[in-house]
Parts: sequence; C-alpha cells; structure tokens
Amino acid sequence: MYKTLNTGEESPARSLRQDKWRRRWKKICQSRELYLFILPAVIYFFLFNYVPIYGVQLAFKYFNPAKGIWGSDWVGWDNFMRFFNSYYFWRLIRNTVWLSLYNLLVNFPFPILLALVFNEVNHEKLKKAVQTISYAPHFVSVVVMVGILNLFFNQNTGMVNVLLRAMGEEAIPFLTSSSIFPTLYVWTGVWQHAGWNSIIYIAALTGIDPQLHEAAQIDGASRFKRILHINIPCIMPTAIIMFILDIGRVMSLGFEKVYLMQNSMNIETSQVISTFVYEAGLINMDYGFSTAIGLFNNVINIILLLSVNKVAKRVGDTSLF
Amino acid sequence: MQKLHRGNKIRASGSDRAFAGVLYALTILFVLIILYPLVFVFSASISNPMEVFAGRVWLFPRDIQFEAYKQVFRNNEIFTGYRNTIVYTCLGTLVSIVLTLSAAYPLSRKKMYGRNIIMFYFTFTMFFSGGLIPTYLVVKGMGLYNNLWVMILVGSVSVYNMIVARTFMQNTISDELYEAAEIDGCSDIPAFFKVALPLCAPIIAVLVLFYAVGYWNSYFNALIYLSDRARYPLQLFLREILLINMADSMVDSMEMDMDISKFMVSESLKYAVIIVSSIPMLILYPFLQRFFVKGVMIGAIKG
Repeated sequence: MYKTLNTGEESPARSLRQDKWRRRWKKICQSRELYLFILPAVIYFFLFNYVPIYGVQLAFKYFNPAKGIWGSDWVGWDNFMRFFNSYYFWRLIRNTVWLSLYNLLVNFPFPILLALVFNEVNHEKLKKAVQTISYAPHFVSVVVMVGILNLFFNQNTGMVNVLLRAMGEEAIPFLTSSSIFPTLYVWTGVWQHAGWNSIIYIAALTGIDPQLHEAAQIDGASRFKRILHINIPCIMPTAIIMFILDIGRVMSLGFEKVYLMQNSMNIETSQVISTFVYEAGLINMDYGFSTAIGLFNNVINIILLLSVNKVAKRVGDTSLF
Repeated sequence: MQKLHRGNKIRASGSDRAFAGVLYALTILFVLIILYPLVFVFSASISNPMEVFAGRVWLFPRDIQFEAYKQVFRNNEIFTGYRNTIVYTCLGTLVSIVLTLSAAYPLSRKKMYGRNIIMFYFTFTMFFSGGLIPTYLVVKGMGLYNNLWVMILVGSVSVYNMIVARTFMQNTISDELYEAAEIDGCSDIPAFFKVALPLCAPIIAVLVLFYAVGYWNSYFNALIYLSDRARYPLQLFLREILLINMADSMVDSMEMDMDISKFMVSESLKYAVIIVSSIPMLILYPFLQRFFVKGVMIGAIKG
C-alpha cells in the first residue's frame, strides 16, 4: 500500500485513492458517536463470545490446569479420534438426530394446525382468550415442566398410572423407560410451545387480503376449500422459513430439558450430544475432549444450516441469507 | 372482515356450519388439553394431600386447605431462591436491555459507516460459539465463578432480540426525523434519548418480557457457575424439590407406614411450589401480549 503511494507522484490514480480514503474517513468521523454508543455491546461480545471462540483451540490440546487454555500442549486430532472411535459415538449421533427429527416432525406442523383452527374462531373475545391460554405453558420454566411431567407420570402416584390401574391395566414406568422417553419429550414440547409458535402463523393469516376470501365465497367455495386454497398457500412462505430454521437446528438439540428428564434407566435414548458435552466436560473434567465434541457439533450445525439454506434458495425462492 | 362474516352467516351452507362446529370443538379441545395440567396442579396444591394421593382429585380441589403453601413460605431455601431470582431477573433484564439497545440503535442508523461489518460481528456468534467448556473457562478466568454477576452477565444479550429491536427502530423511525433532530442541534447520542427511545416503548416492553422470562426460568448458568447455596436461584431449589428428591420420595413410599404424613406433605409441597414459582410470569405475560405478538412477527420476518 505504502509502496504504491510513494511511486506515483501526482498521478490521477493516487489522488483518486486519496479522495476515497478521505471520504471514508469523513464518514467514520460522522458516525463516531454511534461507534461510541455501540462500544459496550462490542466489548461484551468480545469478552463473552469471541474470547471463548478463540478458546476453541482447546479441542486440539490436552488441558493442563497449571498451564491454562493458552499454554496447554497441542495433541492434534487426538480428542476427535477418541470421540469417533468410542463405542457411544453412534449412539449419541443416533439419539440426537432421532430426538430432533421426531421433535421436528411433530412440533413443526402442530402450530400451523393450531393457527388454522384458531383463525376460524370469529368471536373476537373468545379468540383472544383462547390465544392467551395457549401461550401460558410457554412461560413455565423447564424445571417446572419436567416437574409436572414427573408428578403426572410417576409410576406409583402419577395420575396417568392411577387411571391405568383403575382400568385394570398395568402401570407403565413412563419416566424410566428408554423407549417412551422420546415420545414424552416431544409431546410435552407440543403442550408447552405449540401455542406460542402459532403466533407467527396467526399473524400471517390475519395479513391475508379479505378480498381473496370474498371472491372465493362468491364463487361458492366452502369454508374448508377456502382454508385449503387460500389460507394454507398464504402461510407457506412463513412455514418454509420456519422449516429451514428447524432443520438447521436438528443437531443442536437443547441441553436443559433432556438433562432434567434423563436418568440412569432411560440413558439409552436420552443421552444426546449436548448432555454428553456437559458430562465429559464438567463432571469428568475432560476439558479438551468435551471442547472437541462441542466443536464437532458446531461445525455440523453450520454445514447443515448452509446446505438447507442453499436448497431452499433453489427450490422455493425463500432463504435466510 | 367482520362485515364479511356477518354476510357469510346468511349464506352459510349446512356443511359449512357443520365444519365450523368441528373447528370450534377442536379449539375447545386444544384449550382443555393446555389448561388441564395447570388447573390440576393448582387444585392439587390446595387439596388435602390424602385426597390427591388417593387419586380422588381430578379437576376441582377437594377438602381445601393451605398447608402446602404454609410449608412453602416457611421454607428458608425457597425464600432465599425467590429473593435471588428477583435480584437476578431485575438486574439482568436491565443489563440486557441496555446492551441490546446500545447495539440495536447504531445498527438501525443508515448513516453509520461499516454497519454491515459490525452486524456480522454480532450475527456470527449466532452460528458459531466457543461451546460450553471454553466459555466456562473464560468466565471462570474472569473471576466470575460463584459471583452474583455471573448470573447477570453470562448470556445476557440475545442477538435475535437485538435484530428484532434494530428492525423495529428501522421501521418506525424515519431518517427525516433524525435529520430534523440534527438540524435542531441534536447529535446522534442525544437523538437516541430524545427521538428513538420514546418511540421504542413497544419493543422495550417485548424485550423486557423475553429477557425477564429468560432470567426467571433459567437454571443452567446457576447449575454450572454457582456453588454457594446462598446464591442459588429459585429454579435450582425447585429442581431439588421436584426432581432430585424424586428418588428419595420413591424410597419413602416403600416404607410409607413409618412416616406417611411427612411424605404427603412433601408431595403436596411440590404442587404448591410449582404454583408459587410460576405465578409471577403467568401474571406478567397477558399484560404484554399485544406487544409481544408484534415482536415475534418482526423477528420472524427478519430472523
């Protein structure tokens, strides 16, 4: 840069470039107050997000508490190899993918269904009351959610089993069964979030031009036909975006709920990557190993999101970026 | 829309009316499924534990008493947890709002040079993070382990919320307004307080709700960063009462004849504690409902 500046004496290229820099500098000066304003957030993200990202190098190290993250010895791909070759590798992948996909297949259509049904309620007050109630479980904490689950499905005292026994059936150990765990996880998710997730579909539905419905009515379209041919196509773009987002998250299954629902009896299906990262890192203190698994998961997430986005761009003309 | 439906009523065919009936029935069914567990928990919390345990409480409370609530309020740890959670929620929400707006406002201004780069600086963290252990070690290295501030600072800004706030500001506050302010001698920082902030009340309400609920309900940070029980938030005590004692209470139930009344009390305590811990958020959200629908929409469009 400096070399080129020194060689040309009064060349037009040079003054042009100088002009460009001057203009840029002027713009920077003009936004100086905005830079000052944003500084706290930038510093915050540097400390709490970027320093840990730099710490990802731990994945290629053997953590030595005396030397810290930066001083520990490099071990190359050892941590990854240990993970890939372990007997639980495929089990973790299988559990994570299965639980997420199951969750997606149920939790994606439900809010749409809910919105389509709620939208047909013409009574304004009733509609508002129904919506308010359907949001309520979303504001309950995961701990409480799992607590309620345990109270309801307890093998001895839970009301579900009391009911089963009253009907002459045998009690089912819902909470300690690895084959029932995914179903419990997914359907309690529906209970908790379907109402909340329907908000954006309801909003999309209220945005539909009433003239469309009017015209269809004049042509003699029944209510069901109008839902099928007007409402559903109108919320399709929103649905596609939500679907892309969900697919992109398939491997990033949250920790909180799975961890609380996990016990030694259902570990066969309830051990997922995020809970394993926690266990390996904070319980077994195997820092490098845990970081490696986390990084592996993160990279897969990014690949997933980018490829899904690409597919969506090609197929549906909708994309995130 | 209203008029249209009224017109519709006259012409509605029999099959249409039947279909509407089905839809209403479905709506009622959904509402009942959502409400039932909540109502049951409430009823169980004020019923005689004997009745609950015998499976005689299905919907309405039986033999109403408030023994469980007395137990909850007598419990020192729940009190500590409640107090801590209130402190964490208030301070945390404040810090979150300040940081979120401090990023959202400049990013909403078209005049800021290089805002795309800064935007990328934030959004990148949505897709790539250091992960659990590096974050843990860095936070610990900053001396925040078992510190009040860890509950307030770690994970306090959500990029998603920031984008929502930025988009809201972009859509509601025109450039002309800022220009007019500038002509009146109001530069960018005062313009935030005098022009942007008053217009941002709806989005701030949304952010307050989202962040407050997040702080109130989170347990993960406390689980990994706190060791001192005196600093535990409510959710961690809840976890002990609702989930960890599970195993103990199962054992209890086997040798029940020994201490049946104690077991009963601990069981009904669970219902009461669920109600006591969830009530603040369940009361808060209906008031902010009209705002958050808007907030979710902005997020969905620009997310």
